[in-house]
Amino acid sequence: MIRMKEIKKVYNTGKVTFEALRNIDLDIQDNEFIAIVGPSGSGKSTLMNLMGCLDTPSGGEYQLEGRRVDTLHPNQLAEIRNKKVGFVFQAFNLLPYASTYENVELPLIFAGVKGRDRKRRVIDVLTQVGLSDKMANKPTELSGGEMQRVAIARALANNPKLILADEPTGNLDTKSGAEIVGIFEKLWNDGHTVIMITHNINLANRCRRIIKLKDGMIDNGNGNGPPQTRL
Amino acid sequence: MNPSIIYNVFVRDFQNQKKRMFLTLLAILWGTLSIMILLAFGEGLRKQMLMNTKGLGEGIVIVWGGQTSVPFQGFGKGRRIHLHPEDVDYLKRRMPELEIVVGEYTRWGAEIRYGKKLLSERVDGVYPEFETIRNFRAQMGGRMINKLDMEQKRRVAYVGDKLKERLFGEEMPVEEVVGKTIYINSTPYTVIGVMAHKMQDSSYGGMDQDVIAIPATTFKAIFGDQWLDDLIYKPRDLDNMAAVEKRLFEVMGAKYKFDPDDDRALSTWDIVEQSRVTNSILFGIEIFLGIIGGLTLLIAAVGVTNIMYVSIKERTREIGVKMALGARRIYILMQFIIEALGITFLGGFIGMAIAYIVTELFKRAPIESEVLEMMGRPTVSLEIGITVTIILGLMGFFAGLFPAMKAASVNPTEALRYE
Repeated sequence: MIRMKEIKKVYNTGKVTFEALRNIDLDIQDNEFIAIVGPSGSGKSTLMNLMGCLDTPSGGEYQLEGRRVDTLHPNQLAEIRNKKVGFVFQAFNLLPYASTYENVELPLIFAGVKGRDRKRRVIDVLTQVGLSDKMANKPTELSGGEMQRVAIARALANNPKLILADEPTGNLDTKSGAEIVGIFEKLWNDGHTVIMITHNINLANRCRRIIKLKDGMIDNGNGNGPPQTRL
Repeated sequence: MNPSIIYNVFVRDFQNQKKRMFLTLLAILWGTLSIMILLAFGEGLRKQMLMNTKGLGEGIVIVWGGQTSVPFQGFGKGRRIHLHPEDVDYLKRRMPELEIVVGEYTRWGAEIRYGKKLLSERVDGVYPEFETIRNFRAQMGGRMINKLDMEQKRRVAYVGDKLKERLFGEEMPVEEVVGKTIYINSTPYTVIGVMAHKMQDSSYGGMDQDVIAIPATTFKAIFGDQWLDDLIYKPRDLDNMAAVEKRLFEVMGAKYKFDPDDDRALSTWDIVEQSRVTNSILFGIEIFLGIIGGLTLLIAAVGVTNIMYVSIKERTREIGVKMALGARRIYILMQFIIEALGITFLGGFIGMAIAYIVTELFKRAPIESEVLEMMGRPTVSLEIGITVTIILGLMGFFAGLFPAMKAASVNPTEALRYE
């Protein structure tokens, strides 16, 4: 699924040069359930952004599903983000003025899916996350856990193989957080590759593999350790 | 790009940002209203002024005898050139490029009497062609001097509308005036017609509304004038006025033995040239008014750009989210350009509609005023509508373009972190 070779990411603000990622070598297979952990500033979000083609590496090679993506045109990267990747953010990032239905519909619109097919798919994914009765609600009318479920439904809209979640439970209480991770486990069981950034040790231990980052590098070997690596 | 994407995302976003758009819309509406009203008044003024210049006559040149300023063929300079009645036929024969040629006599201070009313007025001896070339039209119930009047040297009079009021009173209808007998220097004349009201912004010898016109042949017979006061001609080709005038000097110069290049031998007043100059001045005024209106609209456009920049700043995170979900840069660009165009056209069309209603109400308002007669009523023409629409389109596009380019160049990872 993902192959990264000598990936580096450097931020250059003119006055300061900062190496967010250094010499990352990483292989991720289909249908893995991975937690990325590490202290603040270790490069977790940067690595996830590269994985999801939200950003491009400063050096190295990145292959997604066997295709080299680090040199692609922005429009091609947009298409990958639309069809191959589903993002779930800590702050949910739902459009506040749009309903649940309209939020979930967005990636389908960008994919050019026709009206009737779109409707079918939206109902399908909302049912998967248990929110088919909240289609008309605006985000302000939903709880934190419900908003994150809408975000997950949105991420699943185009049925991407790869789900990337950046601190998905960071803004939720323990119960809601556990529910969300439960959904991710289900998605993994359904065949998706789920990669999650988390500070929560318990949640990280529910994943099948842990990648530890420190100072922009993978701290636990090359991240290809045994499937059950406990913190 | 899929049109349904445009509708679904961009139009829906627009509908959801109603509150944000309202004030900007108002600015565009006001700017459009201003430019439309200014252009409409400018157009109305131009049309009225052009109509006013036609009050004296259209496409005509008036010729007076002058004084030679150069010796020629044995004749010294300073010789007076007088116009004769036979010059009319002479010019008709020698200048086929003239459509109409007529002469005119004028006498000031003639005693005009009707009943107990006594006035001292100008009397003109005119040709029947004055009806067309000098706009001596008659009100219903009367007529202008005709060929038979000329041939029979009839003692008939055609009076200006203001003179009619002074002589007969405002209340007496034209049908009653026609047929009445008036006395010009104690000689009885029958009134045959009253001038139809017209606007006139220039004159020679006095405004037509105050004239008493009698047949030129009658005038010569009664007053005994040897010379015409002026000739009036209308060329067939109004684009060749200078050449026609040159030819006139050659033909008259041959008869009266003056140098054709002596421009003091005859005086001419080219109404066509005057109309052109007036038209250019008025066009310039219209453009000036348009520029003022345009600047008002430009300020509104700056407002649109400002609002778009604010909107983009506030929606930075939203842009990042959409990019994360797969929106291409062109979608983001188009979203904001369409929003800017949407605000501009919506505000613009409402402004145009209000301007149209205001000008139509003004046109139909029963206000009788000489000022309005001179200035005309505001007119919203199709050309104005199209011009303003194009201006709105360009404005909206550019007002949205630069903010849109900024939005589309946003780095999605930075945008997602934006608070």
